[in-house]
Amino acid sequence: MSARITRDNVAHVAKLARLSLDDNELETFTAQLDAILDHAADVEALELDDVAPTSHPFDLVDVLRPDEPGETLSPTDALAGAPAAESGRFRVPTILGEAP
Amino acid sequence: MTAMQTAFDIANAVRSGDLSAVEVTQYYLSQIEAREPEIHAFNEVTAQKALDCAAALDQRVQAGESVGALAGVPIAIKDNLCTKGTATTCSSKILEAWIAPYDATVVKRVAEAGAIAIGKTNLDEFAMGSSTENSAFGVTRNPVDTTRVPGGSSGGSAAAVAGGFAPISLGSDTGGSIRQPAAFCGVVGVKPTYGLVSRYGLVAFASSLDQVGPFARTVKDSALLLEVLAGHDPADATSIPQPAPSLVSHLDDGVQGLRVGLVSELMGEGIQPEVAAQVRASAEALAAAGAIVEEVSVPAVTYGLSAYYLIAPAEASSNLARFDGVRYGLRVDAPTTNEMMVATRTAGFGPEVKRRIMLGTYALSAGYYDAYYGRALKVRRLIHDDFARAYQQADVLITPTSPTVAFPFGAKGDNPLAMYLCDLYTIPTNLAGHPGMSVPFGTGADGLPVGVQVLAGTLDEVTMFKVGAALERAATAEAAKGAER
Repeated sequence: MSARITRDNVAHVAKLARLSLDDNELETFTAQLDAILDHAADVEALELDDVAPTSHPFDLVDVLRPDEPGETLSPTDALAGAPAAESGRFRVPTILGEAP
Repeated sequence: MTAMQTAFDIANAVRSGDLSAVEVTQYYLSQIEAREPEIHAFNEVTAQKALDCAAALDQRVQAGESVGALAGVPIAIKDNLCTKGTATTCSSKILEAWIAPYDATVVKRVAEAGAIAIGKTNLDEFAMGSSTENSAFGVTRNPVDTTRVPGGSSGGSAAAVAGGFAPISLGSDTGGSIRQPAAFCGVVGVKPTYGLVSRYGLVAFASSLDQVGPFARTVKDSALLLEVLAGHDPADATSIPQPAPSLVSHLDDGVQGLRVGLVSELMGEGIQPEVAAQVRASAEALAAAGAIVEEVSVPAVTYGLSAYYLIAPAEASSNLARFDGVRYGLRVDAPTTNEMMVATRTAGFGPEVKRRIMLGTYALSAGYYDAYYGRALKVRRLIHDDFARAYQQADVLITPTSPTVAFPFGAKGDNPLAMYLCDLYTIPTNLAGHPGMSVPFGTGADGLPVGVQVLAGTLDEVTMFKVGAALERAATAEAAKGAER
């Protein structure tokens, strides 16, 4: 099988996506992602050099709404679903000195 | 109160005082009680809230107030639409106990129209799947045949209507997630034009493809619900700034002289013969009703699946980055923030969600962006342009909604690609942003329902519904003939 994605690629992608995979999962995902990418490779047959990409169904342009104060979530409501909060802020474990 | 009453009839009866909203709600709750343990359409049934809401509506009717187009009509809501005060889980462990601080615009609109929210329905986790087998909270069974899947991802919403738990429900459709389960369960399902219905409060999967839409037993009920859902919402930047179309009033217009295109590319490979036969029969029925039917070619649709399975995961990988254990949902504790995020996401997401996040992250990553995501965006343009050409030849297009009827649980096993192929006929519409609907039309293998998909150009819901209504009339006439034989 012509590997379109390697086990190392998958491990790297998992790291970028903040997911931890065990050896079995790495194995399975590598095979599955390879099969999906292989199927998706049918578009390689298309001549696309002169085709403009589109990321959206319609050509929308940004518009600005009138800058009028409206209702917003209260800090209490905004924090209500947080796993941990303190003094009106989201609380997280240590971040300083941490390798990314 | 009887099982087959439509939303339209219920709302009329409640407005005129012939039926109370409480009676209606009690009736549907009793249906749920009887069969929900077997079907599992819901993640949560909000019985007491529904009864309280119905009682309040009845008081307003007695006080002579005007109570809206969906007065007293119970509605089931897909559990990826935010509901203030009731959990919104997306059928994911990462949001298991999360309660949204606000209502989605569509939830607010149906409530303002007098509908009674009766519960939150099961789905494939974060709407990623075609069978509802990917829910973290167990599968939903197809009420037509409980050994089969209801389709997905809006399997719970389709099953709730098919099982008689609610006359109407809300779903979301990113690549077919309303139309395919509608076809599998034998009900009507509509994906509106992208931007016609607000996405505000819909938990995002792939933002350029997601669209909220109705399920119902009849075309008329689905039109009635869409009229309530549609229309500009300033809270959604992609919402089209124009009023909701008038649909119900056009359902009896007929199809005389309308040009109907049968999409050649979507009648071939992989389709069950009985499904193809029903789609051809539906084309003949439309011709008999005065439409001009011809085959139309939309070559690029065959590349839809490839483009979709790069674009949708790419957008999903970005959208689902917000589930990091900081602002809402699950947190798995760890000494540092980075370790906490990894532990939370690893424990909170199921395998299909992880697969798509990784596929999307890969397609967007340095060195692969042009080869995968960049090419997919170009294919999206080709599909859009091919559809535009097809709609010069035809007013609407018809295709099967799904290549097969509902399949048994586990049929796609551990093969994600086989599952993705279920969406072959529904995906191109999402990429183009056009509307599409699935209308039940006869049965296929094992007597299971077949859905015919009607597609139309941008914001041409009116023509799509005219054709949908004509198909429904033909299917009803055919079923009556069958019953006589």
